[in-house]
Amino acid sequence: MADEEDIILSELSDDELVLQMHDDLYDGLKEEIEEGVTILLERGWTPYDVLTKALVEGMTIVGADFRDGILFVPEVLLAANAMKAGMAILKPLLAETGAPRMGKMVIGTVKGDIHDIGKNLVSMMMEGAGFEVVDLGINNAVEKYLEALETEKPDILGMSALLTTTMPYMKVVIDTLKEKGMREDYIVLVGGAPLNEEFGRAIGADAYCRDAAVAVETAKTLVSRKHNQMKA
Amino acid sequence: MIHSPDDRVLTEQGLTAERGGRILAIACGALAHEILALKAVNGWDHLDLQCLPANLHLWPDRIPAAVEEAVKKRKDAYEAVYVLYADCGTGGQLLHKCKKLGVEMLEGPHCYSFFEGNVLFAEKAETEITAFYLTDFLVRQFDAFVWRPMGFDRHPELIPMMFGNYTKLVYQAQTDDPALDAKAADCAARLGLAYERRLTGYGDLETSLRRFAAT
Repeated sequence: MADEEDIILSELSDDELVLQMHDDLYDGLKEEIEEGVTILLERGWTPYDVLTKALVEGMTIVGADFRDGILFVPEVLLAANAMKAGMAILKPLLAETGAPRMGKMVIGTVKGDIHDIGKNLVSMMMEGAGFEVVDLGINNAVEKYLEALETEKPDILGMSALLTTTMPYMKVVIDTLKEKGMREDYIVLVGGAPLNEEFGRAIGADAYCRDAAVAVETAKTLVSRKHNQMKA
Repeated sequence: MIHSPDDRVLTEQGLTAERGGRILAIACGALAHEILALKAVNGWDHLDLQCLPANLHLWPDRIPAAVEEAVKKRKDAYEAVYVLYADCGTGGQLLHKCKKLGVEMLEGPHCYSFFEGNVLFAEKAETEITAFYLTDFLVRQFDAFVWRPMGFDRHPELIPMMFGNYTKLVYQAQTDDPALDAKAADCAARLGLAYERRLTGYGDLETSLRRFAAT
């Protein structure tokens, strides 16, 4: 890369820097994102503003281009990696400064499935949107979900599957919740490449989320509806 | 008669339909060599083969529409049409489409399952969830289907992000080919996975095709 094209992040105005960070996120430039986050914090930005305006907004552009077939999985993963690096700086500061909390989610890939790229993206974007996320990882049996629901008392249960052979296990979990009279206590969101809205409805989920951005918007809508119902 | 179609063509364009038979098999390009081998050895000259591009697997949601288009285009010219795809990540959409079109397709979730035998594969499923499978075709086309689309040629740091939960690569060999064995072992090494070779032959593909050909 030619030196004359190098951009000195610290010399940019706040608005320029945020736009540059969106570009850097798009290009998966982890070190530039770390530098940008640090600069904005040094300029007195709150960790919450850095997160939402620089990182989440940037990642939303990445998500939209992925949905439209402009970006592919590798590019999204590189962008996610860069965002994760920025969030690692912000996370402890967010805890100290008391960022708004949207709700809590327990999420995991279902039993028999080890694929976690989509789930990890959802976790990260949910955290970015102000949700507390408890990630159970991969290959989760129904008992593991139940244990986490009882311990963590989340608003949302998220389940992910990449395989057509493992996605029916989501119904096992939902049916178990129904049997135990716990189904109505949680918003259940499901996602994964072979799923669709029809499948989500058929197994009794509250919503199927086609990507991380949709998961965040759906979670916000359903949590706010749930809170309103509780108030009424 | 079509001999040894080029893998790259099968990946990107598929295989133009043969003509002259009374039964048509519309298949994934990744199965072309195996189907043509079975045709040759069994003398199934009444079975024509058309293949859709194998790289449709990179976008499984496009498979049902592509199959529908091919079936509609050729159905009237044949006594019977069969779809040689398994579910292949379509989440039941391909089966739904085939039922609507009135054509039969292969059983099973994917080719790894029917090559091994659907029953046997399902039995092993719980103990093999960390296995990544390759067939003869995918070993030959590893760079086109795995290495380049996953961006590993440009960003090797993505390998642990995408393959970190896998422990071994299982090469399901349809043919006994030492060169493919060596290439598959190399694929495993590049992904940082243990390697196992399993000679499956054509598995349930052969059983189903035999039944279809007897129509």
